[in-house]
Formats: sequence, structure tokens, C-alpha cells
Amino acid sequence: MAHVPEGLRYTTSHEWISEQGGTYTIGLTDYAQDALGDLVFVNLPQEGDRVTAGETLCDVESVKAVSDVFSPVTGTVSEVNEALADSPEMINETPYEAWIARIEGVSEVEDLLDAAAYVAFCEKE
Amino acid sequence: MRLLFERSVPGRRATLIPELDVPAVKFDESLLRATTPRLPELSEVDLSRHYTELARQTHGVNDGFYPLGSCTMKYNPHVNEEIAALPGFADIHPLQPVETTQGCLAVMWETQRDLQEILGMDAMTLQPAAGAHGEYTGLLLIRRYLRERKETGRTKIIVPDTAHGTNPASAVMAGFTVVSVASNAQGGVDLDALRAAVGPDTAGLMLTNPNTLGLFDPNIIELCRIVHEAGGLCYYDGANLNAIMGQARPGDMGFDCTHVNLHKTFSTPHGGGGPGSGPVGCKGFLAKYLPGPVVARQGDMYAFSQPEASMGRVRGFYGNFLVVVRALAYLKTLGAKGVSEASTNAVLNANYVLRRLQDSYFVPFGDSCMHEFVIDVGPLRDETGVSAMDVAKRLLDFGIHPPTMYFPLIVHEALMIEPTETEDKTTLDEFVTAMLQILDEAHEDGERLHGAPFTCAIGRPNEVEAARHPKLRHEFSGEGKVR
Amino acid sequence: MGSYVPNTEEQRAEMVAACGLSSVDELFAVIPPEARVKHLDLPAGLSEMEVRAQMQALADENVRFPSVFRGAGAYRHYVPAIVTSVTSKEEFVTAYTPYQAEISQGVLQSIFEYQTQICELTDMDSSNASVYDGATAAAEAVLMCKDRTRTGVVLSGTTNPQVITVVKTYCESRGVHVTVVPPAADLSTDTDALATATGNDTAAVYVQSPNYYGVIEDVETIVATTHDHGAKAVMGFNPIALGMLRTPGEMGVDIAVGEGQPLGLPLSFGGPYLGIMCARRELMRKLPGRMVGETTDATGNRCYVLTLQAREQHIRREKASSNICSNEALCAMTASVYLAAMGPSGIRQVAESSAAHAHYLAEQLADVPGFSLRSARPFFHEFLTECPTRADKLVSALAGRDILAGLPVDGGILWCCTEMNTRCQIDALVAALGEVSAR
Repeated sequence: MAHVPEGLRYTTSHEWISEQGGTYTIGLTDYAQDALGDLVFVNLPQEGDRVTAGETLCDVESVKAVSDVFSPVTGTVSEVNEALADSPEMINETPYEAWIARIEGVSEVEDLLDAAAYVAFCEKE
Repeated sequence: MRLLFERSVPGRRATLIPELDVPAVKFDESLLRATTPRLPELSEVDLSRHYTELARQTHGVNDGFYPLGSCTMKYNPHVNEEIAALPGFADIHPLQPVETTQGCLAVMWETQRDLQEILGMDAMTLQPAAGAHGEYTGLLLIRRYLRERKETGRTKIIVPDTAHGTNPASAVMAGFTVVSVASNAQGGVDLDALRAAVGPDTAGLMLTNPNTLGLFDPNIIELCRIVHEAGGLCYYDGANLNAIMGQARPGDMGFDCTHVNLHKTFSTPHGGGGPGSGPVGCKGFLAKYLPGPVVARQGDMYAFSQPEASMGRVRGFYGNFLVVVRALAYLKTLGAKGVSEASTNAVLNANYVLRRLQDSYFVPFGDSCMHEFVIDVGPLRDETGVSAMDVAKRLLDFGIHPPTMYFPLIVHEALMIEPTETEDKTTLDEFVTAMLQILDEAHEDGERLHGAPFTCAIGRPNEVEAARHPKLRHEFSGEGKVR
Repeated sequence: MGSYVPNTEEQRAEMVAACGLSSVDELFAVIPPEARVKHLDLPAGLSEMEVRAQMQALADENVRFPSVFRGAGAYRHYVPAIVTSVTSKEEFVTAYTPYQAEISQGVLQSIFEYQTQICELTDMDSSNASVYDGATAAAEAVLMCKDRTRTGVVLSGTTNPQVITVVKTYCESRGVHVTVVPPAADLSTDTDALATATGNDTAAVYVQSPNYYGVIEDVETIVATTHDHGAKAVMGFNPIALGMLRTPGEMGVDIAVGEGQPLGLPLSFGGPYLGIMCARRELMRKLPGRMVGETTDATGNRCYVLTLQAREQHIRREKASSNICSNEALCAMTASVYLAAMGPSGIRQVAESSAAHAHYLAEQLADVPGFSLRSARPFFHEFLTECPTRADKLVSALAGRDILAGLPVDGGILWCCTEMNTRCQIDALVAALGEVSAR
């Protein structure tokens, strides 16, 4: 059973989100990294990119597939985790530390799941 | 195997061109390269041995059965290679005065004429260098046509979910967006889904028929009509033409433009990944948008002419001419009867293999097919853990190139098998025997098959490492470049 | 009629029976009658002997010039015998794309060797396995540079006109705006005008060197202004010229593309040719097309595999930046064998010989009235001269003497020499020009 930390929020597209002082941090869950397999590359967004809730933030590549990462918020990318450019495997190894992007100036947030609701959602998948 | 760079011995060289018979040029230092490239220094005997070793670790159609679905790996006739090497073709400069290249223009003209007849098209360009290149060119014909009619709202190309990846990629390159339409339970395009998908924003439909499941869509005439009625055009992806050449023509099914793959249907060799050739044919009303120049006939002379509303060019010069030469030689060999004999035997061979495998492997779409069919290894995987990948890799130990894996996407553990017409019953029986043996092995010891192949030069390569830390060139140890 | 179908009537009958059919026609019953072919209007099939004779007759209708002084994008160089024989090996000719690495190490290693050789020749960090030709390489390269805010491309007007046309065709469908900057009077790039045309919406600036007129461009200056505007510098190179001239890598170029035909491919009436693409490290993942990488198998053997496939069309589909699938693999192998046969000294020798013969011709032409050089700039192996008579008449007259003259361009003639043009041939040309233009 995938690891699902209590203090975070989750989406039905398997991203985790945390919020602090108006900055939202986004990553992929343990369930997601397990389903995707070994990640070989993260196509990071650029600082300054405008993102819309429910639309693609960026994508990640495994050897034989590409998967979209969705943004649960509308806002502007303020920071990206450059370390992922050289070490995409961080998402596989420590998914909740390997954040992908931080978003600020958020005007809209999708409905998010808490840990229990996300666990229930994954069990149904 | 050693790399060329590892065989290199400093100071080794061959005498290939003569010493200067005119004074050398003294260029200014600032124009010259500062370092010597670290290209390998070898003698001819080194090269001969190097490439003999590489050839031993290369598997060509000459080595054995190659049932790659969608690729039509038919036999590559030797006489075509000899003809393409004739100095009267190989040594001709593309910018020679046209009176001195009448033979080349005749080759282009005759090939176009024959291909147009097979396809049911009125005009053609030989510029595209590959199927994907042809798709892009055909879509540009549609784009130009719509623009001239000021129909700029038509921005969507409809593509079935069984389409080859080049189809949506080409559509985007041509400035369109892609709408995917579902297949029905019989594997054809769902008519209701198509009716729902067409509208005033439809630019066209891209389709291959038979499709990537090897099935001829019985509704093909209706499909094209639906799109035409909505104001779009129909593009035929000719990758699967080997099933129907001489039996049915895309132009008669309702298609407006099409490409063919000379390196599939028309026997030109694959070369390890090219060069191919993807000529594009079209109906008369689209001819003016073709890339230029095109070959024209003026009396009994050939010449180049520029289509009046040409899209421009999709490459330099006229196309992969020496590949076209091979295709023409093949067409001359086959003639009308040979063309339909090829498709008849291709379809018969595929059906024979399907029949012999269908009681053992799961064939999701019926008990007959055109020139190729798909088996779904999903049920076997659920039962034994053995996947399509494992079956494919184990076939390598039998000296058989695996079928196409994991395509089309709508079948999850797909193996797409296309024997082609240039294989005989004995070879097909050997393939079936190997497949049945692998099935037995899957039931007896499925775990073991995850490690296949066992007798090849290497085992499965670590693709994750190769993608995470790409090493795309050899690195020299020690010093950098020499001044 | 031949068709390469090995099955005999007997074998076919057995198979038809095994399929539970009464005849092969049933296999095509699914085709609607409206679409069924009644009659294919093609000539009857022929025996191998007849096919050979007919194709030979077509080849004989072409004129093969013993003396070639024309380039303009296709160059006649000496092809060593080992190149032809290696690339004719049946395994290399008939192999499929090396997706099954375990039985394709030969092809994969040869592509890896090619990629390495190209990086060495150009001083760039990474190369792909090839695209269709130099012109499509140029188009793919400028489109690689496009992003959200940069949607324009600037081309120097000294670029081969066919390349300009291809770039325009490709850019039009992607909504990328192309500006072509007219050449300076001396047939080099007008660097001031180029700088003015470059803005902060420019994705890429493209310059060819040696350019269409043979002139060696001041690429470094162009790279500097391009980078000042935050755009990428794309250079079109001639691989033979890099045997001696300054490399794209040395000059700070971001993406380098070239036509690889001079590396062992015959003139072929225009194809198949070879599109070379290489780039700086940071841009490696944006390169289209296939790439081969080195890795190991489970037992630690060094091996090669197609890598970074998640960029490509079969995985990204409508999100791929390029649709390219089949490329020019055998042509890339040809280039690799050629470079291996020549070695660093050989490629330098071919470059020096081409330049030397071209400069010798230029000097001799200076003494023939009406053939003055149009540009005083340094050139490699091509140059444009005036023409005292109608260029096409001159070309015809020389053709009558088995000489393919330079290409008529802008009222003058664009001459080219390579190591294949001997002093003797050049003297004969000059003498003929003297006679022909005197009339």
C-alpha cells in the first residue's frame, strides 16, 4: 500500500500539495511514482509560467511513456526544483521530498482530498 | 566489440586521394579550426574487420523471418540494389541541365504514373523522404486548400485511437489540433463517434485501411462521406497498402490524398532506419498545392514545372531518387498481376498464421484479418506473469525478429504480426512452432522468461540508466584535442 | 511476371484449406464492391533480365559528366571503395530500425560511432542519428528554438535558396514568422541588417558558412549579436570544410546542421542525402529524431540502445516536437565509414585539395575576360564570377565538351571544385571558356 502522509492534500490525478504563506508546493504521490515506474526525465516548467487549475503543469518521462502532471491551482510558477533535472529518480525514491514546483499568486484552488479521502480514492482505482 | 576509436592507432592512414597538383591555399589563421578532430586513424584492413564484426551483430531480412506488424519487412531484391548503383543514376548531379537528365525524369514520371494508378490518384510528389514526411506534406495540401477557400476555422484533424504516433505528430506540425475518435468492438472506426466528432471545425480525417489491427473497415465509404459532408478532406496513411494493392484503391474509397511507403510496400530496404521514401499522391483539385518542382511531360521531353499555388518545398532537390529507382525496378518486375499477387499472398500468409495461433494465443478481433493481425498477451500475463515483452525477447533466441510490440495502444499487451508475401509456408510453420513452444515455457516456468533472450550477444540493456544519464558519444580518456 | 512470392500453388492450396476457405478471393470479400479494383492499368511484369535492360536504358539517357564544376548543395567527392562495399553488406541494408537492441548491436554501435564523429568534427556536444537532409535539418533546428515568447526566425539571405524555401514551408504551418535578410554586396551576410532584424521575439538566427556563394562568413560576430538578443544561433555547415575551417563549436553556435552528402554519398540526382544535427549539451533533449546511447546489460556488458525515446512521436504523439520516424540511417553509416576511412588527416587533405583547386581555378579565370570574381571575401571551394555571355549558352557549349560548368546564378556562374577536379581538367575548362566566350 502506497505511503500517504497526513499533513498534505491530494488530487485525483495523484499530485500532492502543501501550502505555506500563499505559496503552494506540488509533487507526485508515492502511488503515482509506483505506477509510472522508473522516471528518466522531468520536463520542469519555467519560472514565470502561468498555470491554470486542472491543466497541465509539466510532464515526466519514463523509458517508454510520458505522463502529465496537473496543477490544482491557478497562479504563477515561482520556483522549480532544479535538482530533478539531473536526478529524476528522486521522485521515485522520496516522492514527498522531491517537490516539482512552487506556485504563488494563487487565485483559484481545485477541490482537494485529505489523506483519508485520497487513500479511499486509490483503493477504488 | 571495440569501437572504431578503440581500434585507432595514431599515425595509421590510407592513401585515398592524390597529392596536390596545384598550390595550397594559405588561409588566415582566424579562419582555421584550432584543434584536430579525434577521428579514428585506421587502415583498410581495420575497417574491413570492424564492419564484418558489426554485420555479424546485425539482423537483416537476409537473416530470417521479420514479422513486424505495420512495417512490411518484405524481401529486398538484389537486382534493385545493382540498378540503384548504376553510375548513370548514382553519379548524376541534381542541378544538371534537364536535357542531360531525361533518364532520371523518366524514372520519376514512370514511378508516379504506376503509383497513381495503384492508389487511384491524379498527381504526385516524390519529395517526402519517409512516411511521416509524406503525412506532413499531405496535411499541408489540406491546409493550403482550406486556406484558399478562407475556411480558417477548420483546425481539427480526426485520428482513430489505433493510429500510428506519426499521425497526430504530423497533424500538429501542420498546424492542426488532434481529435481522437474511438474504435468500435469490431476494431473499426465507431460511426457514431465519428458523426459526433465532425463539424464546422473539421479540417480532415487521417486513416489507414486496413488499420493497425489488420482489419479492413467495411464502413470505409461511409466514413469518408461523413467527413466530406462536414466539409473536411480525407487523408489515407498508406503504411498498410500491402494488404490491398491491386485489390482496392484509396482514391476509390473516398480519399483525397495519400502517402505510400516505398520502404514498406515497394520492397526498398530499411537500411537500419532509412533512407525510405514517402511519395504523396492527390486528386486533381489538390495538385496545384504540391511541393515543387514536379515532373512534367512536354511532347516527348520531360521537364520540371512549378505547381501554381505550391506549398513550397519539404526538402532539398526532388526526393530520395535512388530509393525511387529501386521501387520502379520492383514495379516493372511485378506488373499488374504481380501487384495483386503480392497482396493476395500477404493476406493469405497472415490468415494462415492467425488460424494456427488462435487456439493458443488470444486474438481479440476475430478469426480473419488482412495482411497483419494482433494478439493480446494480456490473458497469458494474468495467468503466468509472462508479458508481450518476454515472448518477443524469447523469439530472439529462435533467430526470429519479434513482431511489433505494444502497438496499437488500444491492445495493452499487443504483438502485431505481419508475415508479408515473401515468406513461404515452411517459414510460417517454424514461427508457429516457436510461438507454441514459448507458450509451453510460459506455463512451465514463466519466471525464467523474464530473463530472455538467453543466446544473444547481450541481454536486455539498462534503458533506465541510458535515459537518465545519456551517453550519446564516446568520451576519450586522457587529454583533450590536439592542436 | 515476378513477385518474389516463394509459396508454390500446392503450398497455397494447403494454406487456403487450413484457413477454412474455398478460395483466396474470400479474403477480400470485406472490400465494398465500389472500391474493388476491376483492372489495374499497369504494364505486364517482366523477367529480371528485361527489368535490368529497361532500367539500364533509362540510366543511359542521362549524361554522366567526367568533369564536374558544379556544387550548390550537392558535391562530387571521391568515395573510397571500402565505403561502398561496407554499406552494401546485406545485414546493414536490410535491417530494421534497431528497436530490439539484443540483435541490433551492429547498427546501434555504428550510429553511436557516427554521433561521436560528428561531435568531433563540429566541436558540438551531442548529435542525433540523422534527419532527412540539410534543408530539413535547418527547419527542424530553428523550430527547436521556438518557445512561448519567441516565434520569429531570421535567416541570412546568403543561405542556399532551397534551404530558405524549406524553412519557410515548415515555419508557416507552425505559425513561426521568417525574415530573410538580403546579402551584402560582397555576397556575405549583412551583419548590421541581421542585427536590426533580430529582436526579443526572435527564436533563432540562421547563417550558412561557407554560404551559398562559397564565402566564409564571420559567424562569431553573428553569434554574438544573436546571443545579445537572447536568441539561439544556428549554423549550416559543410562537413568537408570542417576538415580545416573553424568549427561551429569553436564559434559558440548553439545548434549546427549540415548536408552530409559530401561524406561518401554519391550525387544520386538529389537523394537520399543526410541531415546532420548537433547541439550544445543544454539543447540535447530538444533534438528531434533518434539517438543512440551507451549503457550496460544485466551482466555488465557494454552495449548500445535507442534512448531518450520519450521525446519521439511514437510516445509523445501529438505532443512530439517532430513527427520524424524513419530517418537516413544507412546514409549516416556511410558518412561514418567515410570519416573512418579518411581519418583526420584524410578529411583535412580533402578539404585542402578542394580549396586549392577552387582557388587555382579562380586565379586562372582572372585572366579570361569577363569572368571576374563577384566577391573579394575569403571562400572555401565555391565562388561566383561574372559571365561575359549568356550563362545557359555557355553551359551548353561546355556540355558539348563533356564539362558540367558551374551553376548560372544571378546572371553570373557559381563554380565549384573538389579534390576530383585535377589541374588538367581545370586547365581544359579555362581553355574552353576562353574559346567559347570569345565568340
